[in-house]
Amino acid sequence: MSTTPVPALTARQLARRRRRAAFTHSWRRFRRSRTGTAGLLVLAFFVLVALCAPLLAPAEGLQVTQATGGVLEPPSREFWLGTDANGRSVLTLLIWGARISLFVGLMATLISMLIGTLIGLTSGYFGGWVGAVLFRLTEWFLVIPFLPLAIVLATVLGRSLVNIVIVIGVTSWPGTALLIRSQVLSIKERPYVERARALGAGHRHLIGRHLLPNVVPIVFANTTLTVAIAILSETTLSFLGLGDPTRVSWGSMLDEAYSVGAITTGSWWYFVPPGVCVVLVVLSFTLVGQALEEVLNPKLRER
Amino acid sequence: MSIVAAGPGAAAAEAAEATRRRRRGYGRYAGVKVLGALGSLLFMLVVNFFLFRVLPGDPARTLGRGRLSTPEQLAEFKKTYGLDEPVLQQFVTYLGNLLHGDLGYSILFHKNVSEVLLERFWPTLLLVGTSTVLAAAIGVWLGIRAGWDRASPLDRFTTGGSLTLYSMPEWWLGLLLIAAFAVGIGPLPGIFPTGGLHSVDVDPASVQGVLDTAWHLTLPVITLTLAYLADYALIMRGSLIDELRSDYLTTARAKGLRDVKVRDRHAVPNALLPTTTVVALNFGFVVAGAITIETIFSIPGLGLLTTDALAVPDYWLLQGVFMLSSAAVIAANLGANLLYGWLDPRVRT
Repeated sequence: MSTTPVPALTARQLARRRRRAAFTHSWRRFRRSRTGTAGLLVLAFFVLVALCAPLLAPAEGLQVTQATGGVLEPPSREFWLGTDANGRSVLTLLIWGARISLFVGLMATLISMLIGTLIGLTSGYFGGWVGAVLFRLTEWFLVIPFLPLAIVLATVLGRSLVNIVIVIGVTSWPGTALLIRSQVLSIKERPYVERARALGAGHRHLIGRHLLPNVVPIVFANTTLTVAIAILSETTLSFLGLGDPTRVSWGSMLDEAYSVGAITTGSWWYFVPPGVCVVLVVLSFTLVGQALEEVLNPKLRER
Repeated sequence: MSIVAAGPGAAAAEAAEATRRRRRGYGRYAGVKVLGALGSLLFMLVVNFFLFRVLPGDPARTLGRGRLSTPEQLAEFKKTYGLDEPVLQQFVTYLGNLLHGDLGYSILFHKNVSEVLLERFWPTLLLVGTSTVLAAAIGVWLGIRAGWDRASPLDRFTTGGSLTLYSMPEWWLGLLLIAAFAVGIGPLPGIFPTGGLHSVDVDPASVQGVLDTAWHLTLPVITLTLAYLADYALIMRGSLIDELRSDYLTTARAKGLRDVKVRDRHAVPNALLPTTTVVALNFGFVVAGAITIETIFSIPGLGLLTTDALAVPDYWLLQGVFMLSSAAVIAANLGANLLYGWLDPRVRT
């Protein structure tokens, strides 16, 4: 940035500057992806709505006892998206539902990422029988059909917000673990890691300084894709009645709409908007994830 | 391979030796895969056993939740199901029962779980099997055309459409289809039934009955086909694009082959490999795949059974469904691996 060279630049400052340059570069490349940018904007909108929910729609609107509208009223000036079977505004439910759907999606992804990174890193780095056992475990979880396992877990654990996060988190990590494992296996053999080992670096140094920094970008791109899947899972589990019965999410709205017969009465304003929101958010996460992957993995750029 | 007996020359002997070695290679590969599948199966049984018995609190309460009020009833229940024995003893009994096909007793249907599962298997196979075949055919066709002619309108449509379908809960798509084509929008009447496998007053074995079943299955099959389609189209497109730069395609073109021939004779067979595996793999999800779709269309298959069992909750039945679906996936996974190894010798390491 400065034209005169500054001699007193510590290694840390240099590293920070280089990191910032790399970030700007990646960001510029990300912006070049039109679909990725569009996805990011949509996500920003939904996150904003979720955060500002109390300002946009008062929380009393969620109380069945304080509902002011009629039963399944079509959209009007007072209720922009009509009312549900209890006379609550669908728009209010939708705004508050965004909170739960996004929260569950993000928290479940966090759990899934932690487990996935830990297991992938351990099984790739240490190898041997520990690695083999962990690898088999990962493969097994990858193979077991998600929905039956999630249903069984959710039934056994009981229905609450925390439990649904746990259920989705512990069933969605194997993809990440396999990805990280394969990455670690290839990085482990690179000359600079060998050099570090020859210089006497311990496990902690090797993992913390060489492996993790190389794995993080992949985890990052993978995270956005996992959020998409987690939100879809939340919707499906809630639709099956396995969500937290005391909270409104897009999935529980659809469950409610289905069970009060909104489909047969043609009350489209009740069952179309939550689904559209799910599709928009999931699609956006997927598009952002793909754009990120392209930025971080140059090999994919030709596609 | 009859080459073995064909020629007495050294070349023939060498060829025979090579064939034998290749076969032995496949045998070892298959053996490893079968052992792996057996391991997965055993692990699944262990998980299944402990999930329902050991996880939270009293297994008797978990298994008979809400139905056992007095301590005497509880004790009786424990004795009936052998829950008062040590865990290891229980596990051995459980494995023994499994070998005899005894999966427990369904409190919802008052029948053995295995009987219920067998009854409910066919509607699911019909629904999911049809959809898988349709989706694979259409998806592969779309994927080939999209991948070969990248950035064409068809490619844009395929990629965009696949991503959107991918982001959609398939049961929501089903609900939209029900609302549009079974209930009807505004003045338009519904043309398809809202649910069920066939009408009550028709004999399903007659010609009329078959047509009636097909009519009932139209919407669910369309829903599932659309849901599966995205996967196949994207995978096929991706693997074809991976082949595009290959030297053998340049050779084929240099020979003067027409573009369509290069695609269909050279690129597609190689690119089909991953898709074949995915199709084989997905057959394992026959059981698990249709839970939500069967529920919204009220098709009496394993999926609807799962949600019914969930509502009670009928733990023995849930456990049976879980076990069957996992076993199906493990079997399909093994099948896919064996198929892949047979088609592509390079993976037999």
